Amino acid sequence: MLWIAWKMLIGNRVKYLGIVFGVVFAALLIAQQASTFCGLMLLTISQIRDAAGPDIWVMDRKVQFVDDIKPLSDTELFRVKGVPGVEWAVRFFKGIARARLEEGSYEQVILLGLDDATLVGAPQGIFMGSIADLRKPDAVIIDDAGYKRIWPGEPYRIGRTFEMNDHRAVLVGITTASRTFQSFPIIYTRYSQAVRFAPPERKVLSFVLAEPAAGVPSAEVCRRIEAQTGLQALTHDQFIWKTIDYYLAKTGIPVNFGITVFLGFLVGTAIAGQTFYLFTVENIRQFGALKAMGTSNWTILLMVLSQAVQVGVVGYGIGVGLAALFGLSTRGLVRLAFYMPWQVLAITAAAVFAIVLLASLLSIRRVLVVDPAIVFRG
Amino acid sequence: MQKPESSDAAATGDLAVRVRGVTKEFGSGGSLTRALRGVDLDVPYGEMLMLVGPSGCGKTTLVSIVAGTLQPTAGEVTVLGLDLVAMGNGRKVRFRRDNVGFVFQAFNLLPALSAAENAAVPLLIAGWRRADAIEVASEILETLGLGDRLTNLPSELSGGQQQRVAIARALVHEPRILVCDEPTSALDAENGRITMELIERIAVQPGRAVIVVTHDARVYSFADRIASMEDGRIVSIEAGPHNSTDAAVPR
Ligand SMILES: Nc1ncnc2c1ncn2[C@@H]1O[C@H](COP(=O)(O)OP(=O)(O)O)[C@@H](O)[C@H]1O
Ligand SMILES: [Mg+2]
Repeated sequence: MLWIAWKMLIGNRVKYLGIVFGVVFAALLIAQQASTFCGLMLLTISQIRDAAGPDIWVMDRKVQFVDDIKPLSDTELFRVKGVPGVEWAVRFFKGIARARLEEGSYEQVILLGLDDATLVGAPQGIFMGSIADLRKPDAVIIDDAGYKRIWPGEPYRIGRTFEMNDHRAVLVGITTASRTFQSFPIIYTRYSQAVRFAPPERKVLSFVLAEPAAGVPSAEVCRRIEAQTGLQALTHDQFIWKTIDYYLAKTGIPVNFGITVFLGFLVGTAIAGQTFYLFTVENIRQFGALKAMGTSNWTILLMVLSQAVQVGVVGYGIGVGLAALFGLSTRGLVRLAFYMPWQVLAITAAAVFAIVLLASLLSIRRVLVVDPAIVFRG
Repeated sequence: MQKPESSDAAATGDLAVRVRGVTKEFGSGGSLTRALRGVDLDVPYGEMLMLVGPSGCGKTTLVSIVAGTLQPTAGEVTVLGLDLVAMGNGRKVRFRRDNVGFVFQAFNLLPALSAAENAAVPLLIAGWRRADAIEVASEILETLGLGDRLTNLPSELSGGQQQRVAIARALVHEPRILVCDEPTSALDAENGRITMELIERIAVQPGRAVIVVTHDARVYSFADRIASMEDGRIVSIEAGPHNSTDAAVPR
């Protein structure tokens, strides 16, 4: 009987497309918006992810996310090093500086200072120059998006100079880097140099990056660091989630996306539900005839539900497919954040399931109460 | 209380349908309609009974009650020895599925299904495998002269052909009661005659009964008996022209 239901559904081409359109609309909007949201969240944590290597980030107790810099005094490095279970620990500078270009204009940049000895936290995607050159005097590495922003339309060229805080900087390499939320250029340099490039401050140590000793869980080492130093110590993943949580809780971003997603849900449900109901009403005599001929209400219910699930699956596939195509087509083209993890697909699937269930409720009510005797009426 | 079906059957003897004092009211208060005002009717097995009368006199209401799609307001209805009035909803659905064939004035075919699929619907409702059901349905359609129209949609068939598909559907599961509500009034004379001939040839058999609602005088000749209704009552029952030629049917 279910294939009869499907044939009824597909046989009514206009209504069928209308219902599917409603579901596609909702699935596309939800998946696209959720992916954009995830992409934005990914931007907020890009610098944690790019600083590959150390698993533990130590910072001031009050730090809430990665761009929330509350400098420590330099001596904290040694206190962290003294915690049992810490294999090694290095300094990491993160701040904002102003670059003064050759022609005299200024550009705001993100300044990252890596431990002079080990260069822990160095960028992984250097495609021009070399990381070793960072040890030369005044040396800096810039990310490619930043290069294009500072010198738009110009070919990549190392050896270029600019000034930060009246100190000369020499470009020794260009790297790929994950985009940041503000999409400022990212300048990598040694720690000792970074503190000179940055506006002068009494305390300058942004983070201590630490690695746990073999066999000691990171979480345990974090606990010990916190107990012994009174600082905040987070694993790589914890810091990522703390940052995301901050944006979720303290900014309007999730609310705005939530509203769009909710509107997509509502509009999709309205379109799909209304068209589905019209479809059911149009076919009510067919359902009546089936009932007269001895189809149970239970079977009728399953038929309507299977119709709903059918449009749900088709609409979901098309909608999510379109969202993915959208993400692919805008990749690199526009600076649009887009990230579609499986959770987005699962959430969209759940939303679509809810939509088709809601959409079919009215129809179900209608077919269940229909009097089989109507088939005798003209 | 559930009586054994055999004792019911004994009570009704040779009667496929036994209706006593049935009334049916629609609505209430000012808008109350008395569609049936006390109907008694017996239809023996092997008979084709025609129900005639002016529009609105209650013919459709009466056959709906006999077919088990409508509950009477009062009275007794026994069909195939089963008390339809006392029957619960679920059992009534199964009663219709197993015992009743329907032919409607408006055909009521499913537009998205082919002729063979439409004719197979009662078997599918009864839980047959799709291929088997369509095979049996196709055989019936062939005997009805639609062997070359099996895969056509209803919209690709003429009215007469659609009604033949509907007859195939009404008979495919070999129901013991066939209820036809104005089966010929949407058809021209020729197709109406063919339709009635097919119903008579296939459906009128010992152990079965056929009730045909009609006000198409051209088909009266097929009736064993003709019951005339007026204003919710049966006012006369006469032997039809067909009666004298069919000695096998007990009166
Ligand atoms: N579902 C209904 N609700 C209200 N009145 C009805 C309904 N069905 C039938 N009637 C009324 O009952 C009377 C008998 O109708 P019906 O059995 O269809 O007559 P016929 O088939 O002889 O033309 C008519 O007056 C009709 O308007
Ligand atoms: Mg009628």
